[in-house]
Amino acid sequence: MKEVILLKNGEIALKGLNRRTFEDQLIKNLRRRLSPFGTWQITAAQSTVTAIPAEDGTDMDAAADACARVFGFVGYSKALMVDKDMDVIRSVTGDYLAAELAGARTFKVCAKRADKKFPFTSPEICMEMGGVLLSRFPHLTVDVHNPDLTVNIEVRDKAAFIHGNQQKGAGGLPSGSAGKAAVLISGGIDSPVAAWMMAKRGLQLEAVHFASPPYTSERAEKKVHDLLSKVARYSGRIRLHVVPFTDLQEAIRDNCPEELFTILMRRYMMRIAERIAGENDCGALITGESVGQVASQTLYALACTDEAVSMPVFRPLIGMDKNEVIEISRRIDTFDLSILPYEDCCTVFTPKHPRTHPKLYYVKQAENLLDSETLCDAALAGTRTLTIRGY
Amino acid sequence: MECYLDNSATTPVCAEAVDAVTDALRHEWGNPSSLYRKGMQAESLLDGAREAVAERLSCRAEEIVFTSGGTESNNIAVLGTAAAMRRYGKRVVISSVEHSSVGEAAAQLELQGFEVVRLPVGRDGTVPAQALYRAINRDTILVSMMAVNNEVGSVQPVAEMRRAVRAAGSPAVIHCDAVQAFGKLPELRPGAMGVDLMSISSHKVHGPKGAGALYVRGGYKKGGSAVRVSPRTFGGLQEWKLRPGTEPVPAIAGFGAAVRALPDAAQVFPHIQRLQAYLLDGLASIDGVTVHSPPDALPYIVNFSTGVNSEPMMNFLSRREIYVSSGSACAKGHKSHVLRSMGLPDAEIASALRVSFSHKTTTQEIDVFLSALAEGKRTIRTARR
Repeated sequence: MKEVILLKNGEIALKGLNRRTFEDQLIKNLRRRLSPFGTWQITAAQSTVTAIPAEDGTDMDAAADACARVFGFVGYSKALMVDKDMDVIRSVTGDYLAAELAGARTFKVCAKRADKKFPFTSPEICMEMGGVLLSRFPHLTVDVHNPDLTVNIEVRDKAAFIHGNQQKGAGGLPSGSAGKAAVLISGGIDSPVAAWMMAKRGLQLEAVHFASPPYTSERAEKKVHDLLSKVARYSGRIRLHVVPFTDLQEAIRDNCPEELFTILMRRYMMRIAERIAGENDCGALITGESVGQVASQTLYALACTDEAVSMPVFRPLIGMDKNEVIEISRRIDTFDLSILPYEDCCTVFTPKHPRTHPKLYYVKQAENLLDSETLCDAALAGTRTLTIRGY
Repeated sequence: MECYLDNSATTPVCAEAVDAVTDALRHEWGNPSSLYRKGMQAESLLDGAREAVAERLSCRAEEIVFTSGGTESNNIAVLGTAAAMRRYGKRVVISSVEHSSVGEAAAQLELQGFEVVRLPVGRDGTVPAQALYRAINRDTILVSMMAVNNEVGSVQPVAEMRRAVRAAGSPAVIHCDAVQAFGKLPELRPGAMGVDLMSISSHKVHGPKGAGALYVRGGYKKGGSAVRVSPRTFGGLQEWKLRPGTEPVPAIAGFGAAVRALPDAAQVFPHIQRLQAYLLDGLASIDGVTVHSPPDALPYIVNFSTGVNSEPMMNFLSRREIYVSSGSACAKGHKSHVLRSMGLPDAEIASALRVSFSHKTTTQEIDVFLSALAEGKRTIRTARR
């Protein structure tokens, strides 16, 4: 008898011949994520992954919490692994789920008999266990449609598993199963959410941050580290490239029409990010833009930004309202960090009236006033790279 | 050369305080409440520190209650008074430029149904005395005003609180947040100023962080104090039960040593006035600088706008190891409510800097700062408006 964690695969089950690749990646990710909590024996069968701790005294709550952030699982629960013996199941279920049963008003038992040699059928297990639990917890009533607590009894090949309500997993696809992309991260609310959303679809992340000392401070950069660290709790480690951006911004500020400042800056950011992405095997760029949110995110401005690069640009927030983005940022715990009031590269030199309908022709003309090549090369040469881990 | 000009945020710990803290950590680690000798020895460090602080404030040792710092002192004063005085009335009068530990504590009282009056300040950052007389009525139970404002250095008419309370026939308890004034404002004597409660802090006078004190006129006795204030934390018998919990002996010993090592406020005052004049002279020669501190402010604090946003300027200076602030360190980047209360335009608030001295500051440091400031003004571009 031992407490384990059961995890349910999500979309992977729908994959065809390449399902194995996804499953292997998923298990590799899970193994890494559980490693701080000791050694685990991890097995997969029938779209369920079982993680069995090798040592007694493993912190199961912390381990289960870590599982909630592994992309690729739609659900997870702590479960008691017992011998396939109805007497054992009868005697331990009430004890194991005592707290949950005491706190619930309605319940049902849900049995799954994968091992057809087990002498009781699923409905028989349900009836039997329903009776046992009702007599021990007389305050309960049975509700098969909408119970507070579902007591699950799964009889599998090697053992039986008892667990309560399944917790919601992170969903998505295993990190790293979809390749790599580079996210442009400022320190606002949107970019960490965009990064998280794309990581959820299995992308491994590189991050590009533009720092403009002295206009932006060391605290602003620290804030980006902290934000990425929150995202990395889901995505796994992220490499952060910090690009010195002051010279470029000052050059634009000094030489180009004021109202084009923001759009020009965005284009240079995209160009530099594309080069960093290319050098690091990334297949796409990710930004936190959403149509119409600010002047640089109008349809026309986005088109102008896109024209600067040839790599695909993913904008997962493109059709979302601010409130929806904030909701996610609260869920992944980046919101409180995002709203720290430090100046970031995007707020330096913001023009009073930025162009909302920039014309590519004039934008390119303005760019001709600058020695773009040299400025971008210098920014890339000064770029520092560090590794951010989740905590 | 490192150039620390943010002494209102905190101060470097003086050698005497470091020694006292280390000694206490090494040797006097006993619990001051223990009955045996080891405990008494630790207790005697507390007594020594208490006497040092009392001497500075020209009060008796039993009128000093040690706390964890200015914020806790202010919270006990505001919340503790309100709790003890609620049956006498529900009006609380403070200024609009109080430190957040008074302002936010008062906001808590508002949630509990108290009426909080926040007196506006004039362009000079002080509350006009008549405003006090108008605001305080018989229903008023607490009047709290800081002695020296932490952002601009304006000196408030603290002694007027007593007169106004008396004129109104109000039972109000009078509190003064003297965190920025302690050791700097000559003649800071709560007794003579008619103040019932006064908050001070160790780390603003070259002591360690984690210690502070609340002066309680007549001393605190449960149920029998001259000043009605009740504890906000409960437990043991320490600090007459107003602030229970085992005392941080090392921090308090360091506080005491720092206070003892502190030169007399009146004696160093001319030196600070010279520093202030020197800085103001230098600032006058830089284009586009506006000084916000009123002429009669405590010379330790000079607040001014440079025309360049505070954050890039601070970052620029920080890279040269020059440390000044844009306002209260407790507000970390938020726009100053003090400057706003003084009616300054947004552009000036956004580019405000605060320089604050200690008696250890030299004119050389000011020179370094001034030349870096001028350089910063040349280098840092502003958005074209």
